[in-house]
Amino acid sequence: MDNILVAKNVCKSYGDYTALSNISLEIPKNCIYGLLGPNGAGKTTFIRIINQITYQDSGEILFNGSPLAPEHISLIGYLPEERGLYKSMKVGEQALYLAQLKGLSKTDAKQRLKYWFDRLDIGDWWNKKIQELSKGMAQKIQFIVTVLHEPKLLIFDEPFSGFDPINANIIKDEILQLKEKGTSIIFSTHRMESVEELCEYIALIHKSEKILDGKLSDIKKAYKNNIFNVGLEIQGAEDTFIKTLENQFQILSSSFDAEEKQLDFTVQLPSNHTADVLAQLSQTANINRFEETIPSANDIFIQTVSKENDR
Amino acid sequence: MTGKLGLIIKREYLAKVRNKSFIVMTVLSPILIVGMIVLIAYLTKVNDSEKRIISVLNESEFFQQDFRITESTSYVHFENISLEEAKDSTMSLGYYGLLYLPNEKDMEEVAKSTYLFTQDNPNTHITQKLERIFQKQLRQKRLGNLGVSADQFSAIEKDFEINLATFAGEKSVKGINEIKAFIGGAFGYAIMMFIIIYGGFVMRSVIEEKTSRIIEVIISSVKPFQLMLGKIIGTSLAGITQFAIWIVSASLLLFLVSLFLGIDLSTLLGEAQMNPDKINGVAQFSQPLDGDMLLYAKEILDIPWFLLISSFLIYFILGYLIYSSIYAAIGAAVDNETDTQQFIFPIILPLMLAIYIGFFSVFSNPHGPIAVGFSLFPLTSPIVMLMRLPGGIGEGGVPLWQLLLSIALLIGTFWGIVSLAAKIYRVGILMYGKRPTYKELFKWLRY
Repeated sequence: MDNILVAKNVCKSYGDYTALSNISLEIPKNCIYGLLGPNGAGKTTFIRIINQITYQDSGEILFNGSPLAPEHISLIGYLPEERGLYKSMKVGEQALYLAQLKGLSKTDAKQRLKYWFDRLDIGDWWNKKIQELSKGMAQKIQFIVTVLHEPKLLIFDEPFSGFDPINANIIKDEILQLKEKGTSIIFSTHRMESVEELCEYIALIHKSEKILDGKLSDIKKAYKNNIFNVGLEIQGAEDTFIKTLENQFQILSSSFDAEEKQLDFTVQLPSNHTADVLAQLSQTANINRFEETIPSANDIFIQTVSKENDR
Repeated sequence: MTGKLGLIIKREYLAKVRNKSFIVMTVLSPILIVGMIVLIAYLTKVNDSEKRIISVLNESEFFQQDFRITESTSYVHFENISLEEAKDSTMSLGYYGLLYLPNEKDMEEVAKSTYLFTQDNPNTHITQKLERIFQKQLRQKRLGNLGVSADQFSAIEKDFEINLATFAGEKSVKGINEIKAFIGGAFGYAIMMFIIIYGGFVMRSVIEEKTSRIIEVIISSVKPFQLMLGKIIGTSLAGITQFAIWIVSASLLLFLVSLFLGIDLSTLLGEAQMNPDKINGVAQFSQPLDGDMLLYAKEILDIPWFLLISSFLIYFILGYLIYSSIYAAIGAAVDNETDTQQFIFPIILPLMLAIYIGFFSVFSNPHGPIAVGFSLFPLTSPIVMLMRLPGGIGEGGVPLWQLLLSIALLIGTFWGIVSLAAKIYRVGILMYGKRPTYKELFKWLRY
């Protein structure tokens, strides 16, 4: 029962086109789960199945331990990538309508909307029409409507598109706070910088298949190649020093600052030899930096996807 | 779940009735309609009051008493002037034309060489009227040659109308079938107008949700089918509101206009009765006798109003749901209104067919094979069956099995079409980009 959502062998195809093949995922409670993948990988289809907008052809989805059913709809909040609001309806009226569709009573919805409108500093928009607002303003309202009914599971599909950096930060902080309060969050995107910041777990979907999933830190560990960044302060001639190093190790790149006598290089080491290397280097030079390079989510993304494409 | 449907219906209703163009149409339409009726009444009156004057130069001894003043034509007789002079004076007096009867010995000869001179091509009403005058005299003369006296002749000339009765022995009157079909046709016509106007509203409302991209937000809360149903019901309630306002305000306006402007609206009806060409069928009972009038009233009261109105409601609801769900599916399939044309035409076709079939075939033969066929076929039955129903059910009317079969077919079609439309709708609302082909729509049904 530690998972808010479990997908087992979920398949979905549209005619001849396969959107999802055998997707199995476990999304833990109270974390931010990044659903990554290039455009057209099948992320949106998977999210739509969770929201019961469309249904899987085969496979099973468990929400909080029980098979996904219509009564779960009010426990899920969904901010789709293709989102909008009724242009000619007033902001407040519209927010009330959408909240009531999620099962809130009118008075409850009003109260919570007032709270959120004040919180995001948009209280005076209540009687405006959507067509009078900018795109970013409308996005704020969509965000509020998504989280208003305090769902157990929140699904954000590209939540930051359309926001300026300041408002994107406000929304990011709100998402983190929601997580603090115990909400589980699925975060679908292909913008990796926000993944690094927010996600504890990720799954990578590519061409309808899951090719990678797990804890982000574990995945990073698995993707380490024993490449190290080393900084040395050396005495004497750097040419010979580098030559000796190159004979011993696989140097990927190097640079030398003659004034500071500082040599920086990246090196590919055989596994489990870090201690020997350190000992050896410390005899000949003064080590001021020795660190393993951790691949970024972006690196992993590109590496895995291009590997899959080559296959 | 029903609570959500209620919310959707309420929103759709309010969105519609608050819409500015909807309000403008609601207010303006009765004014336009009444304005048009007043204009027609006025023009008819003007047309009536225009009296044509024809000058007659009769040099013969025949036809001396036959050109009598009527409502629309009067005759001025010239004497002792030449034809050229007569032409000139007719023109200078601004008369409609000059009828010239030369001096011949024989009536036949006179008639043969008679001319009507006019400025332009003469009105057929005038020529027919003149021809009738000549024909009557000629016929009397020819019969006189055969030994028929003038008295005998007028006895022969008496109009004759056949007496009508049903097999059950009830006395019947002419044209009643047409009147009944006309009443049913009015109901059918109302259904067609409602479908075309408010089906279009449903479609535009679906397109609006698609282009504003709110659709996915909403269907993550409610089922697409609920949204579609709510939209159709909400829009039709708005439509019923509008129709009700139109009927009430138009009749009120009409009443006020006739009161203040003094335009006698009954002249419209009177004119229609007088003129056989204007309303085919109905006019055949021109100037009925008092006894006949009672029969007409009886027949109209005899129309099974309860049956008619309750069937109207059944056919209206089912027919409207079928068509508006197709409209909703079309709205879902496209991204903008310009792409809807190729899909709309096939929907309007059966509606127009039903109206034409109704007016051309059902009017003259309400229980003939064509009328029966199209009153069973589900896409035309809401209109065609309503035209047949004023004759009642059972003997002399629509056989009960036909009515039941027609409704059963309609309900079956309703389920079929609504579920197909819901499938296309469900897939279509999430599809953006190019306009789908019929082949693609067919594929969507299997998603």
